Amino acid sequence: MPTEILMPALSPTMEEGTLAKWLVKEGDEVASGDILAEIETDKATMEFEAVDEGRIGKILISEGTANVAVNTPIAVLLEEGESAEDIESAESGGDETESKPAEKAEPASSKSPAKPKSEPAPQDPEIPEGTEMKSTAMREALRDAMAEEMRRDDSVFVMGEEVAEYQGAYKVTQGLLDEFGAKRVIDTPITEHGFAGLGVGAAFGGLRPIVEFMTWNFAMQAIDQIINSAAKTLYMSGGQMGCPMVFRGPNGAAARVAAQHSQDYAAWFAQIPGLKVVQPYSAADAKGLLKSAIRDPNPVIFLENEILYGKSFEVPVMDDFTVPLGKARIWREGSDVTLVSFGIGMTYALEAAEKLAEDGIEAEVIDLRTLRPMDTDAVIRSVKKTNRCVTIEEGWPVCSIGNHISAVLMQQAFDYLDAPVINCTGKDVPMPYAANLEKLALTSVAEVLDAVKQVTYR
Amino acid sequence: MPETAFLDARGEVLRDLPDFAREPETLRALYTAMVRARTFDAKAIALQRTGRLGTYASSLGQEAVSVGVAAAMAEEDVFLPSFREHGGQLWRGVTPEELFLYWGGDERGNDFAGPRQDFPVCVPVAAQFPHAAGVALAMQQTGEGVAVAIGGDGATSKGDFYEALNVVGAWDLPAVFVINNNQWAISMPRTEQTRARTLADKAVAAGLPGEQVDGNDVIAVREATARAIGRARGGEGGTLVECVSYRLGDHTTADDASRYRDDAEVSAHWKEEPLIRLRNHLVAEHGWGKAEEDALLRSCHDEIEAAAERYLATAPQPARAMFAHLYASLPEDVAAQAGEAGDG
Repeated sequence: MPTEILMPALSPTMEEGTLAKWLVKEGDEVASGDILAEIETDKATMEFEAVDEGRIGKILISEGTANVAVNTPIAVLLEEGESAEDIESAESGGDETESKPAEKAEPASSKSPAKPKSEPAPQDPEIPEGTEMKSTAMREALRDAMAEEMRRDDSVFVMGEEVAEYQGAYKVTQGLLDEFGAKRVIDTPITEHGFAGLGVGAAFGGLRPIVEFMTWNFAMQAIDQIINSAAKTLYMSGGQMGCPMVFRGPNGAAARVAAQHSQDYAAWFAQIPGLKVVQPYSAADAKGLLKSAIRDPNPVIFLENEILYGKSFEVPVMDDFTVPLGKARIWREGSDVTLVSFGIGMTYALEAAEKLAEDGIEAEVIDLRTLRPMDTDAVIRSVKKTNRCVTIEEGWPVCSIGNHISAVLMQQAFDYLDAPVINCTGKDVPMPYAANLEKLALTSVAEVLDAVKQVTYR
Repeated sequence: MPETAFLDARGEVLRDLPDFAREPETLRALYTAMVRARTFDAKAIALQRTGRLGTYASSLGQEAVSVGVAAAMAEEDVFLPSFREHGGQLWRGVTPEELFLYWGGDERGNDFAGPRQDFPVCVPVAAQFPHAAGVALAMQQTGEGVAVAIGGDGATSKGDFYEALNVVGAWDLPAVFVINNNQWAISMPRTEQTRARTLADKAVAAGLPGEQVDGNDVIAVREATARAIGRARGGEGGTLVECVSYRLGDHTTADDASRYRDDAEVSAHWKEEPLIRLRNHLVAEHGWGKAEEDALLRSCHDEIEAAAERYLATAPQPARAMFAHLYASLPEDVAAQAGEAGDG
């Protein structure tokens, strides 16, 4: 029986790639370890080796094809004694195996917890009615925000590891070096403490830096500069010296990158007076909030998410689309329970809301968007209507964002609560590396559904 | 000691003086600044000992480092001091009253009426070095100014010092890092902090020039710093300048150095302190007499006393002041807390 050769996943988060080049042709004999093809992703070009020996019977995906989903059959390998006629059976249903470049929004990875709608909810006050919308990946929306602000203000520059020549470790700064040059798109040595402090000094010195951390995990090296210098110097200088800058990068669990590279710092930074903290979910919010963050005269912590980088959302086509810091957004209205989340937690919240609707429970879903200052008024208003609240985040349970919301509701909306607030969070452990345990360590749609059933006494 | 000096401990000239050190006015200005710093220092300690100032870090014996560095700077340069560089801050135009306010716990003292671009005292050890590299990056883009940061010998063991030094080297930033090597990091002597032959040697790893000078000789400090600033201004990048001085006092008013340091060692270093040698030189070469000395001491005393009186007469801030400069404009939730704090 002929063996299908499948499009490989070069990293745990890879969903699709370009089959850049075939290094074998039909009829070639290959041995295990021979290089078959070059596969390109947004991060890297890698060679792809044969696992089994045999003869290339047929190439199913021609070279140069983009957006080939992981696990799509790309060729058929014949074992000894098999002939090309045997391929027909292997190829049956081949229509499904063709690459579908148009469909790229939905992650193929089983890691992705939910598949929310990519359209913004109708209640989006920042977008005027009738505005043209364009499907845009999160990473491009972030890049566009930086590019627009760099065009608008010469003092804005971006600095970090791999941001220039390499176009960003996650390709968020793609194209910026070409447009703005090496003076404004600056590759740094591996020196988080150094370049974070350097950014702080540059901000005190009159520039508006955007400091990219390759991931927020590495920012722990720099946390003295973020907290003790960036957040406190305006205060400690009696107002003389402010710090207009943005620290940004991917935050939270990615996929299969283990304990030291998978953690959510939202609650850490949200506790610090002097900082503003943003964690967007949609690409439109990411763009609008990042533009506001760059213009803000205070230091802003901007928490992105690796898994959301490749996800597409409708983004308004506007000359200058901004979203104010400190305003939550209601994604879905409902009267039975309030689900509060932010960032990638929104994927659980929105999917749970859809499932609940099938059971006749209408959930109101609030995306906090900004964690400091937090729009607790929006949460309180909603809970006064629904009388029940479940919070959802991937971070740890102790001193979490959900804990804070619970406390605020107890203090300011106690008489409106018909049930204790439940916090859905990640488990209280370092992120396991094992794929099954990693999934279990994160919160889940099932947990959200259970929590809603509890607070609604169903 | 391999460090270079122009004046020895008694004020004898060791080698050809730089041009500025042949001008009596310049030397008198340097001497005046050091006396002023020492007068401020004595008053600050007296205020702390009587419960009228917070914990204070004395600069006793290190006045030449601070003053020499500041005197080498141009007005448009940016000074980033550690917590022991009062002499340099005063030279740059920060007032004694502002310094008293700051050390008394009133952040308005850091809102300088004078050198607006200068940084407030950096309390975290070595954090000012990355800041200086950042200021230098901004300056490199405009082509104007040099960032000058000072830290202690203890700071050179920290990662942020090395990271900043490395980037200054890699990017040719117009920054000068000065080490006030007072030979003690609280209770740890310089010899136990590092096996490096000199702290200036630490520049080698960053590809920068490093130079060690006698930090008790204000002429040597100013001359070396001026050369370093000149190179930075000329686009030749950064320099590490190590000034070897000695901490004649305690680490701070919360410390008692006699518990870990021999009195004999301290007494020996009193013979090398920076004011005597310059005064001897002024007396020998520039007609400085008792009348001039008395007049200077009196004027410094009067200025510092008057500043202390104004500081002590400053009304305490209302409770809501603690929120005043938390953000450029207060978010609603914090504004609510400020309102609750009120005027009490």
